[in-house]
Amino acid sequence: MHMATVLTINGETKSFDAPPEMPLLWVLRDVLGMTGTKFGCGIAQCGACTVHVDGKAVRSCVLPVSAVANRAITTIEHVGSTPAGAKVQKAWLDLEVIQCGYCQSGQIMSAAALLAATPSPDDSDIDAAMAGNICRCGTYVRIREAIKQAASGRQS
Amino acid sequence: MIAHSSVSRRTLLTGGLATGFLLAFHLPLRAAANEPVQPPDATDGKFAPNAFIRIDPEGLTTLVMPQVEMGQGIYTAVSMILAEELDADWAKVQLLHAPANEKLYGNPIFIIQATGGSTSVRAFWKPLRDAGASARAMLVQAAAAQWGVDPASCTTSKGEVTHKASGRTLAYGALAAAASGQTPPKDVPLKDPKDFVYIGQPFKRLDTPEKVNGKAVYGIDAIVPNMKFATLAQCPVFGGKVGKVDDRAAKKIPGVRQIVVLDDLVAVVGDHMWAAKKGLDALDIEWNEGPNAKIDSKAIWDDLRAASAKDGVVAKSTGDITKGLASGEKIEASFELPFLAHATMEPLNATVHCKPDSCEIWTGTQIMARVQSEAAKAAGLPVEKVTVNQHLLGGGFGRKLEPDMVVAAVRIAKQVDGPVKVVWTREEDIQHDVYRPVYRDTIAATLSNGKIASWKYKIAGAAIIARWLPPAFQKGIDIDAIDSATDVPYEIPNFHVEFVRAEPPAIPTGFWRGVGPNNNVFAAECFVDELARKAGKDPVEFRRGMLANQPRFLSVLNLAAEKANWDQPLPARVGRGVCLQPSFGSFIATVVEAEVDEQGEVNLRRATSVVDTGIAVNPDTIVAQVEGGLIFGLTAALYGEITIEKGRVQQSNFNDYRMLRINQTPKIEVHVVKSGEAPGGIGETGTTAGPPALRNAIYAATGVALRRLPIDRKLLAAGKKA
Repeated sequence: MHMATVLTINGETKSFDAPPEMPLLWVLRDVLGMTGTKFGCGIAQCGACTVHVDGKAVRSCVLPVSAVANRAITTIEHVGSTPAGAKVQKAWLDLEVIQCGYCQSGQIMSAAALLAATPSPDDSDIDAAMAGNICRCGTYVRIREAIKQAASGRQS
Repeated sequence: MIAHSSVSRRTLLTGGLATGFLLAFHLPLRAAANEPVQPPDATDGKFAPNAFIRIDPEGLTTLVMPQVEMGQGIYTAVSMILAEELDADWAKVQLLHAPANEKLYGNPIFIIQATGGSTSVRAFWKPLRDAGASARAMLVQAAAAQWGVDPASCTTSKGEVTHKASGRTLAYGALAAAASGQTPPKDVPLKDPKDFVYIGQPFKRLDTPEKVNGKAVYGIDAIVPNMKFATLAQCPVFGGKVGKVDDRAAKKIPGVRQIVVLDDLVAVVGDHMWAAKKGLDALDIEWNEGPNAKIDSKAIWDDLRAASAKDGVVAKSTGDITKGLASGEKIEASFELPFLAHATMEPLNATVHCKPDSCEIWTGTQIMARVQSEAAKAAGLPVEKVTVNQHLLGGGFGRKLEPDMVVAAVRIAKQVDGPVKVVWTREEDIQHDVYRPVYRDTIAATLSNGKIASWKYKIAGAAIIARWLPPAFQKGIDIDAIDSATDVPYEIPNFHVEFVRAEPPAIPTGFWRGVGPNNNVFAAECFVDELARKAGKDPVEFRRGMLANQPRFLSVLNLAAEKANWDQPLPARVGRGVCLQPSFGSFIATVVEAEVDEQGEVNLRRATSVVDTGIAVNPDTIVAQVEGGLIFGLTAALYGEITIEKGRVQQSNFNDYRMLRINQTPKIEVHVVKSGEAPGGIGETGTTAGPPALRNAIYAATGVALRRLPIDRKLLAAGKKA
């Protein structure tokens, strides 16, 4: 038996039953039905599962729920309500970054965390923040451009 | 198990369905849940002139997508083609995934209902234009009859018919009922491309807005009430069977509900994927590995090399190859390509609810109807008792041209009471792929007056077509394996292509983005560079000299050289490489610029592609496909290799089956040539262009003529002799 776990996700309190070592990814997807956060590798190699914990990008596939009690969790479903997240989403659509889109929840979460911390990132900042996110469709060129556009506030 | 957020999503879904549309713009791409797909012949009072178009009395125009969306932007392109000839009001267009129905939605190139091989626009260009034009003509006839005027005196635009002389206008919605009574006209003229209003414009994609906020629903996101979650293990050795399973420890894991043991796989069913995965890890499984446990990469390559020494079936022969090769210095080389996994970002999955008399499936597949029929066989049901709910695909790349993920899920679901979502771990996905086959291509050539005088090309590899589309496998020639080998761009007087069918033992092989041309464009374009060097010519100049009657090739090559600054000098150990290729009805030239450091590591600096794809339906999508295709191909060139040891795949996840990442991505420029020719394919094109262009850049930078992929850094370290 395990105790009910309480988390703050997208500003809402969620209570559920889960083992403490269960990664946040599976709580989001399979317990809470929030499927915007994606499963890609399960070993923090691809970034598809990226969420924000207290504003920082983390890989939810290796993050035990016990580690995030009392922390503010933000997912792709809600990142548009943050200034950086909204800018990133807009730039993503303006520059038509997305192809299959499966990795893009994670890409957008990583990019939004980058911009929140570093409002004017240079190429090496982008490399450092985004190299953990694999895109199999190969949208990297547009991801870089969209981050720069979101940072500058310029329109396409 | 599923909390309220998903329930509200289901409510929305039902709301969407109440209006009869699954994929409205305001609710786009929410397939899924267990509502039945609207049958294609259900018109509900709408004007439904064919399988692709329905217009309701309010003018809402539903377009049914015969091809699946896996990132290539086809939903938007198909919609643009239909809307163009229909003169639809784009703002009133909504999309619907087509149901499984081979007759209505079969791909005219494959006959079966399949999305792949860069066929979508090529195959559906004419049928969709005809469908749009015919529907438009019926709407015009209906309006003309109502007004008592000649249909020829009416015009259409943005969902309205106008009779200019009398100043009257009727919206398509108002004409829906009357148009339904019209006889579809024969041989409706199509628009002159100069009159296109949608085709050729850079349209925003219809599938992307819900991909930025987590609302898009992929197969893996399907939520069915009361479903359980499962993950599976198949025998690590191909073809092996389950022996003994000790499930005592697994059953103690909280959330584990059931262990399903089949003859060749074991699945753990739980309350969530975590329980299923923990349960699977806790199982003690003894496998009967069988005879394939002896197979390894070395034996596979020994076999392939031996096979490639034999004569093949002649696929094409012009001039006199024997005489040609005897009249000059014969230059010869062999090129080898490894097994590759697809590694779609969305791991394989399918959600299945098997009942005694029916089976319902939620998944994202490239082969709707084949999945339905294979699932029916696995479920032991007639095909009409199986419903497939199509979803967006988180990548396809050919992997989802195979039904195995659904068949496995159906077999598991048969043992489970209620619906079950079966998700493969990444490790299972990599180790039980249907791999791009190994190839060995051998070319012998002679030169004369600085040009290629004879060219004997032999492909040795698997015949995927023989398994996947048997009627297309004729006279021992695999039309996929030889694609781009029989139609090299260059004028060569003595030209000969052979195919040796060589199936690797036990390793399942299938289509992989770029398909057959992956091996042929690589071998041919690498060898052309070696011949250029032998002839003492610049690689671009050498190619130009053999393109006198190939204006489309010549124009993309010249523009690529110009845009890539081909003639400008580069620092030491930096090189440019070129690749010119036919590609599914398109013409593409690519220049890659790369640096090889002292240790032999390769850094991509720049990639430039010029593509003539005929009429570009949605030009920005063309650019995006080439950008992404280049990355896909360059990834394989730099890292891609699946190796076999003791009958099992040695790689398992992105740590040892590496992908190119953003920090390694070069600048990419793609130029689309304006053309009025019929559209060519584009999805595979960049993928096949990247590896030979990179290899030729490395050849230019170091003098080392690599003949095998992935590139071997050990051969490239400073001081190595060419």
